Amino acid sequence: METLIPLDYGTLRVIWWALLGALLIGFAIMDGFDLGVAALLPLVARTDTERRVALNLVGPVWEGNQVWLITAGGAIFAAWPLLYAASFSGFYLAMMLALLALILRPVGFKYRSKLQSPRWRSNWDAVLCFSGVVAALVFGVAMGNVILGVPASFDPDTMRPLYTGHFFQLFTPFALLAGVLSVTLVAMHGAVLLAWRTEGMVAARARRWGAAAALLSIVLFVIGGFWVAYGIEGHAITSLTEPAAASNPLAKSVALQTGGWLCNFTIWPAMWLAPAAGVIGALLTASLLSAGRSGPLAFLASSASFAGVILTTGFALFPFILPSSSQPEAGLTVWDASSSHLTLWIMLLVTLILLPIVTAYTAWVYRVMRGKVSAESIDTTPHAY
Amino acid sequence: MIDFDVVNLSRFQFAATALYHFLFVPLTLGLSFLLAIMESVYVMTGRPIWKRMTMFWGTLFGINFALGVATGIVMEFQFGMNWSYYSHYVGDIFGAPLAIEGLMAFFLEATFVGLFFFGWDRLSKLGHLTVTWLVALGTNLSALWILVANGWMQNPVGAVFNPDTMRMEMTDFAAVLFNPVAQAKFVHTVSAGYTTGAMFVLAISAWYLLRKRHIDLAKRSMVVAASFGLAASLSVVVLGDESGYLTTEHQKMKIAAMESMWQTEPPPANFNLIAIPNQEEHKNDFALEIPYVMGIIGTRSLTTPMLGINDLVARAETRVRNGITAYETLQHIRTNPDDQDARQRFDAIWPDLGYGLLLKRYTQDLSTATDDQIHQAALDTVPNVAPLFWTFRIMVAVGFYLILFFAVAFVLASRGHLDRNPRLLKIALWSLPLPWVAIECGWLVAEYGRQPWVIEGVLPTYYAASGLTLMDLVISLTIFLALYTTLLVIGVKVMLHAVRKGPEDTHAPQSSAAGMPGQIPLQA
Repeated sequence: METLIPLDYGTLRVIWWALLGALLIGFAIMDGFDLGVAALLPLVARTDTERRVALNLVGPVWEGNQVWLITAGGAIFAAWPLLYAASFSGFYLAMMLALLALILRPVGFKYRSKLQSPRWRSNWDAVLCFSGVVAALVFGVAMGNVILGVPASFDPDTMRPLYTGHFFQLFTPFALLAGVLSVTLVAMHGAVLLAWRTEGMVAARARRWGAAAALLSIVLFVIGGFWVAYGIEGHAITSLTEPAAASNPLAKSVALQTGGWLCNFTIWPAMWLAPAAGVIGALLTASLLSAGRSGPLAFLASSASFAGVILTTGFALFPFILPSSSQPEAGLTVWDASSSHLTLWIMLLVTLILLPIVTAYTAWVYRVMRGKVSAESIDTTPHAY
Repeated sequence: MIDFDVVNLSRFQFAATALYHFLFVPLTLGLSFLLAIMESVYVMTGRPIWKRMTMFWGTLFGINFALGVATGIVMEFQFGMNWSYYSHYVGDIFGAPLAIEGLMAFFLEATFVGLFFFGWDRLSKLGHLTVTWLVALGTNLSALWILVANGWMQNPVGAVFNPDTMRMEMTDFAAVLFNPVAQAKFVHTVSAGYTTGAMFVLAISAWYLLRKRHIDLAKRSMVVAASFGLAASLSVVVLGDESGYLTTEHQKMKIAAMESMWQTEPPPANFNLIAIPNQEEHKNDFALEIPYVMGIIGTRSLTTPMLGINDLVARAETRVRNGITAYETLQHIRTNPDDQDARQRFDAIWPDLGYGLLLKRYTQDLSTATDDQIHQAALDTVPNVAPLFWTFRIMVAVGFYLILFFAVAFVLASRGHLDRNPRLLKIALWSLPLPWVAIECGWLVAEYGRQPWVIEGVLPTYYAASGLTLMDLVISLTIFLALYTTLLVIGVKVMLHAVRKGPEDTHAPQSSAAGMPGQIPLQA
């Protein structure tokens, strides 16, 4: 069976590392603006009609967007089972918090406008805002902790994941910075869409808040960069790397060095494009919004910024995907945490066939739903939120 | 080492969230197809009543769909959160169908469901109909991949244990996909969903007819639902689950437990219509038997014997002993990775490794296991008989009742007599919860009957849980309990509101008065 696979194991692992990044970026760009619109709801939309305009902007598409997260979760399970096992159980209560937000969100979207009671509606508005902020915050805090390393290891006899930290230890200053950055990024991204595709007061407020969120994102991202360079230990594999070895995260040795997460940028200077996209994209977003030019270009700039921030993290950590603070040599890397050669290959074939189809019909749905959303348009739309 | 309180609470949490999730899934499966059928009639005949029907039932579909989506995310995350050793041990195989479900099915369903609601005025008739069918296709594909994953837990084909990675790894994807257990479960489950959708439409329409409201819409809906429901309820039972039952050793144990059949009987075996199982003494305190029936259903022959629980325990005991050898060989390979002889020996006996792991709750060092402990481990392969026996019977009884009910409804509907028969309308209304009762019982039989295994014969449930603390579980269970109860109350409230309001202008919730959210009172 193995001999029939045209790509070697190491190459497939790198491809799946890239695909994991692609799915996470897909989630950030597609579902990020849904989270952002929900988080900004009380700030950009004051009256019931304004809030319905904002919600109906994402109404037709948020369900599909959320599947990026579901698929990313499934792909982590299928391609990086050790990462899935160690991180989801290690971050248990944080995951519960994220789930709480993600469970409430669909119900909020769907049920908010089904009854007329003002209290019913304002309660759901609060719930939606909570869901947007908390989901983004938890994902950001989780990313921050991955950069810091998590207290996870594996029992050498059984490879059972062991985790020695607890919930409140997740909220270190750096992780909180990452969490807030995640919130400002979704806020920027949601605001861009609101400014582009709504009118009047909602669009005007979205431009202001979006520009503010973009500038704040730059500040936080740059502070985070300096923090990583001067205050955080990066991990590096010091034993011989065998890209095609069986997945066993306990077979390597690892050294720690402050600023070590920047080594990859020295080796491959092209990687600087990622943080550059993060900063320039947000800068462009802020200036376009301030100039009142909130169209597709601002959306592209905001997307590039979001993607740049995620790529920066991925590049910095490579080949690590879940460094361990408690037992560094048990950190998970691209070379020792993946599924088998066959599973990676089959999943690649499936993804290569299906992802373009998904992208194509998603694009079609957005084309059908194009145009501005206004008070008039939602009154004439059957089933509007 | 293993905290059994954590294991038991994790099991409870998974079961509770899964059963809760499956309150919404069958309705999504059934209603999506009914919507597609109704809209097809609309497109073919051009009569606006069918569009109104599609939109009205679509509103109820949406209320249900939101809760299905919300609770579905929990299912995917919980494997990693509460069952991290499971995730490591079988992620190489089990993760694949979950990821493919996202890519192939859930994207399709979720992307087009938005267009179903928002696309009425933006698409041509045919375009919108296509969207509705794609939603139905997506929901069904979704069920297919989830049941491929679940089927593999019942019958783990196409995989071997790899001593270097300490986990199961896929060797044959086609075997996983075309797993006979998965295929049988898929047809059974989606048919049950169609039946649920039909019952839902029938019961609410019956309520309208009893109230003499929306008669046109209700009568037409009933005709569709009655015929769809008859076909679906027949296929639930006929295509049924049993084709997959006898493929593995433990599925035999499950069926023996469902039948409370302690001893192997001379073929063809009797069917226990009613029994009071005694788990302690491995016998029935009381049994009302029907001769031959079980043997004929279970083996489709008059001469093949069906093994009773006690004989299956004896076979399990042999496998536990082999499992000790497999475990020791594995330990040897871990310390001497280059011993090719040991690897060859292990390749022949790894399928019994899981039986060896059953012993781990009694002794850490398997080589010192006593006969008593080995016997105890073999006894552990017997699931809890009484609940299986009864939930299976409830499921089957409801299944047969629904066939009868839909047959009568179908005959009356095809003669156009439905609205003149208030007794049937009332029966329809009161039968509404039954498909859910049967479905939840079905999952209990399937998953509780799989115990003590999480992966049949490969991985014991207790061995698969995450190393969480009791406090973690108490907090998460409290959150789920509070949240899910609230959501159920809210969901039912919104659903009843939409039903009471009826089909007129359900599709355009008005803005409140201008300015702050208006003062229009909640409409009853």
